[in-house]
Amino acid sequence: MHALREALAAFRRAPVLTGLASAMVGLALFVIGLFGLATHNLQLALSEVEDRVEIPVYLRDDARRSEIDLAQMVLGDIPEVQSVRYISKAEALERAQAQLPDFSELFDNLDVNPLPQSLEVKLRPGERTQVVVEAVSAAALRYAFVEDAQYGREWVDRLFALRRIGAATTVAMGSALALVAALIIGTALRIAIFARREEIYIMRLVGATNGFIRRPFLLEGAIAGLIGGGLAWLMTWGTYRGVYAFLFELAWIPPLWIGGGLASGAAFGAIASIFAIGRHLREL
Amino acid sequence: MIKLTNVSKEYPNRGYALRDISLHVKKGEFAFLTGHSGSGKSTALRLVHMSDRPTGGEVRVTGYSSDRVSERELWKIRRRVGFVFQDFRLLPGRTALENISFVLECTGTPRQDIVPRTQRLLAQVGLSTKAGALVHELSGGEQQRVAIARSLANSPYVLLADEPTGNLDDRATRGVMDLFWDINAQGMAMLMATHDLELVRRYPHARVFELDNGRLVYDSAVA
Repeated sequence: MHALREALAAFRRAPVLTGLASAMVGLALFVIGLFGLATHNLQLALSEVEDRVEIPVYLRDDARRSEIDLAQMVLGDIPEVQSVRYISKAEALERAQAQLPDFSELFDNLDVNPLPQSLEVKLRPGERTQVVVEAVSAAALRYAFVEDAQYGREWVDRLFALRRIGAATTVAMGSALALVAALIIGTALRIAIFARREEIYIMRLVGATNGFIRRPFLLEGAIAGLIGGGLAWLMTWGTYRGVYAFLFELAWIPPLWIGGGLASGAAFGAIASIFAIGRHLREL
Repeated sequence: MIKLTNVSKEYPNRGYALRDISLHVKKGEFAFLTGHSGSGKSTALRLVHMSDRPTGGEVRVTGYSSDRVSERELWKIRRRVGFVFQDFRLLPGRTALENISFVLECTGTPRQDIVPRTQRLLAQVGLSTKAGALVHELSGGEQQRVAIARSLANSPYVLLADEPTGNLDDRATRGVMDLFWDINAQGMAMLMATHDLELVRRYPHARVFELDNGRLVYDSAVA
């Protein structure tokens, strides 16, 4: 109770200093917020592209219906496969006509349908990886009546390479930004602690325990971090609205990320505070 | 109450601040620690308060030994040893009452007891009417009285004072010294560092230790 009272009193006694600490936390987390916004939208874009990853298995014209049904069943039983759909020659032509309206005249004048029948294999979300695509494609090619199982190797390879780069960048940049944020918060709190060094000295002099001395600073750090997290959220939201209104459409960060941001703001504040006050007490 | 046995304090690059000091201040005794500036008076007080550890010998205060007390236990000693400084070291921007109640809050006094106890302490140092005054509104003598009241907040067994009259005029000095003698009369051991020999001579019943260049050169009890 005393710790909370003292922590709140610190905001009242030195509003500029504590406000500055919160603003610094806010700015540090705002940069992380912007990065999060960009990462989230990049992930969404990649997922959308990834959804289109499917394996067309082209069949010979003389393949028997019973053989096709069997292959459809066997491929459908692979755990990573979501669905296997049979596309007849007629349906393939219909689709081509719909997708390529400029060539409708050409399609209308065909004597023979040149398009092959096929099986369209869709993978489950989360299973659309290069390894799975290759394995399913190889399983289809084992059938003699399968002419080809293409999955646009180059395209898929590039997609997954992009995903790997994205993940690595997220981890590296996120860690670097988090470290910078922690350093900024630590510095801001050291300033706040320095401003109250006489108070800390007196507390020690009269026999306050280290835990008692630490607690208000810990709470102050957590509150400053939480306020900073809130500021960062507001600034990120403002930027999002601005970009959405004037530049291009994009998705807002998931609520879990926002909660995580606020919680990490408070945690950053508390942890940085523990280090800063610990160091100060050792130096006394 | 306070016992230093062959105590030395050596600082890296600065040499010895104290060398082989032995002294004993009993319960209810009033002792002056005199000597020139830099003779080691403040270092000796810091060792008694256990704000610093000796590099040789043993410091015993209120039953705790510097050889055995851990860092985690230091707060227990500090509640038994009050400390008064030359520059008062009050928290600016707070009232006299808040400066004292702050100590009681720090040491876990029940909330309902804090204000009555603070008012009693202020009455003890003759500042009942100044409870609400901010530190800068008080004279030097009054600030030192608040500091003394603060040092008594934990009901210590020992009171240490480092040049407590150094910043005070003669009248305020007299008032503070009278207060110290009143406190001492209640049975508290008192060790006061001062370089003011004129002041020491005014109290012939007090015990006097003299330090010179980190060594104990005079003890009135054995002179």
